[in-house]
Amino acid sequence: MTAAQVRRLAVLAAIWIALLLAPYWMVPLGGYTALATRVLVLGLAAMSVNFLLGFTGVLSFGHAAYFGLGAYGAGLTLKYLAPSTPLSLLLGMLLGGVAGAILGALIVRRRGVYFAMVTIAFGQVFYYIAFQWSSLTGGDDGLRGFSRQPLDFGFLRVDILANANNFYYFVLVCFALAVGVMGFILRSPFGRTMIAIRENERRARFLGIPVELHIWIAFTLSCFFMGLAGALYALVNNFADPRGLHYSQSGDFVMMAVMGGMRSFWGPLLGASVFVILQDYLSSVTINWMSFVGMLFVLVVLFFPRGLLGFVRGRGRA
Amino acid sequence: MTQLLLFNITNGLIIGAFYVLMALGLSLILNLSNVINFAHGGFLVIGGYIAYTVTPYLGFWGALLVAPPLTAVIGLAVERVLIRPLYGRDPLYSLLLTFGLAFIIEDGTRFIWGAQGKPVTIPTFLAQPLSYEFFFITGYRVFMVTLVVIAVALLFVLLRYTRLGIRIRAGTLDLETVAALGINIRMLRSLNFAVGIFLAGLSGVLAAGQLGLEPTMGTGLLMPSFIAIIVGGVGSLTGTLLGGLAIGVASGMTAVFFPAASEAIMYVLMAVVLLVRPRGLLGEEGMMT
Repeated sequence: MTAAQVRRLAVLAAIWIALLLAPYWMVPLGGYTALATRVLVLGLAAMSVNFLLGFTGVLSFGHAAYFGLGAYGAGLTLKYLAPSTPLSLLLGMLLGGVAGAILGALIVRRRGVYFAMVTIAFGQVFYYIAFQWSSLTGGDDGLRGFSRQPLDFGFLRVDILANANNFYYFVLVCFALAVGVMGFILRSPFGRTMIAIRENERRARFLGIPVELHIWIAFTLSCFFMGLAGALYALVNNFADPRGLHYSQSGDFVMMAVMGGMRSFWGPLLGASVFVILQDYLSSVTINWMSFVGMLFVLVVLFFPRGLLGFVRGRGRA
Repeated sequence: MTQLLLFNITNGLIIGAFYVLMALGLSLILNLSNVINFAHGGFLVIGGYIAYTVTPYLGFWGALLVAPPLTAVIGLAVERVLIRPLYGRDPLYSLLLTFGLAFIIEDGTRFIWGAQGKPVTIPTFLAQPLSYEFFFITGYRVFMVTLVVIAVALLFVLLRYTRLGIRIRAGTLDLETVAALGINIRMLRSLNFAVGIFLAGLSGVLAAGQLGLEPTMGTGLLMPSFIAIIVGGVGSLTGTLLGGLAIGVASGMTAVFFPAASEAIMYVLMAVVLLVRPRGLLGEEGMMT
């Protein structure tokens, strides 16, 4: 093994150990387990956005829509269909992914800023649906009246409702599965093609790669991951909020990805943890937290455009 | 029924006029600088609140004269300090920056002027309906639409006949060549940005008189402006004009038959346009890709 490989393994091990032990080191540091769960879920969302943004080079600014659809899908399943946590996750993920597949087909021919504009505008459709269709979705108040259900393996029942640690580990398992699949895709020939498109779309096209098809598949996949993250988020809060579909939420996700470092796989998770913890802290100390979050956007764009990881790596190389 | 329909079409046209004013500014900035200005709604709010602040001293007419240029000056400063370093970088960054800026502006207005809505007094003779049969056509609405028409006409004259306008249009097509001809494109972009923000400020004053003021009002008007640009076709200001009116009237008419869908109809319209004519009504081939 080369030194670089050893270092990568060490980093990977450090990340997973930190995640595995999070409930035990976050609480003494002044956090709480639910905060760790939220970091994990929003981190998954930011990584899904980055799957598209950082690895295909396509800027979607409307991904909150698929996140929110996942949340509503899970919530509606639990409320009206069946009291089953796995089923709600599955259906939430499907709802987000299928909606992404359909809209993606309309969007993939656009590029750059226009892609961003069209994704924002289409994302807002679901916001208005959730907002207006109050009989089903609860409208402005959000969807309430459901809660995550104990996991039933036949021989073992795990209570994830009352026990925050159990729920954290359940989310961690889902997160690990999703992230594993994501990493696998990125390492496959398909993932390499995505990166080729990011690096030079025209050359990829000359090589005979069907660029639109690849972008569409990447878009759809990232919407599936987004749907899963949204479904998990509904379980975290036992609540689905129309503001989770709004484009300002999409902006937060893109920000997490950029702040962490969008060229790296784990960057968005780092960005999400900084963002979530900062927001949690700011909203507890000042009512003007929006200004601070806004300033964070401005500062990151002006001074850390390559994100925290990009900054650290740039330092190391120089 | 006819009156109801007429009422809503008028409403649609008036709200469409707002969208047009907003969207034209956005479109100007987008075409020349490749920046999606998320803070455009914020500048509208700034324009409105400046008008609110100066009305007690200068009256409504004074506010109408003073607020848009002041907003443009603020816009100029923002462009100079925050946005100029981002030209030539991935459009992602200007998008995120203006997105954060929109947060700051919304929170800032709430901090300075309070979260409660503020009314802006308009001259009494403008507040009267013109006739009893068509009670909804107040003098203010006629005045507003007239002003929007004048502003749009002036903008097109500026772009068609003045040196600045010709340079802006040339820069939209090929900025590199314009720069090579010895034109200061930094200055060009700044002025162009200021013109766009001026329009946002103007719509802010007009909106303040019609709807009253709230710190969040800008966000609500931003999305329709995006749709107006996409429907009309990116790169074409005439297209943006048509797009704004089209979605205004479409949502006005939908409000008659199915009020809950009056927002959704804009998105439906956009989806149809993207399916049938991906470059938008008057967009140039290749501009959207």
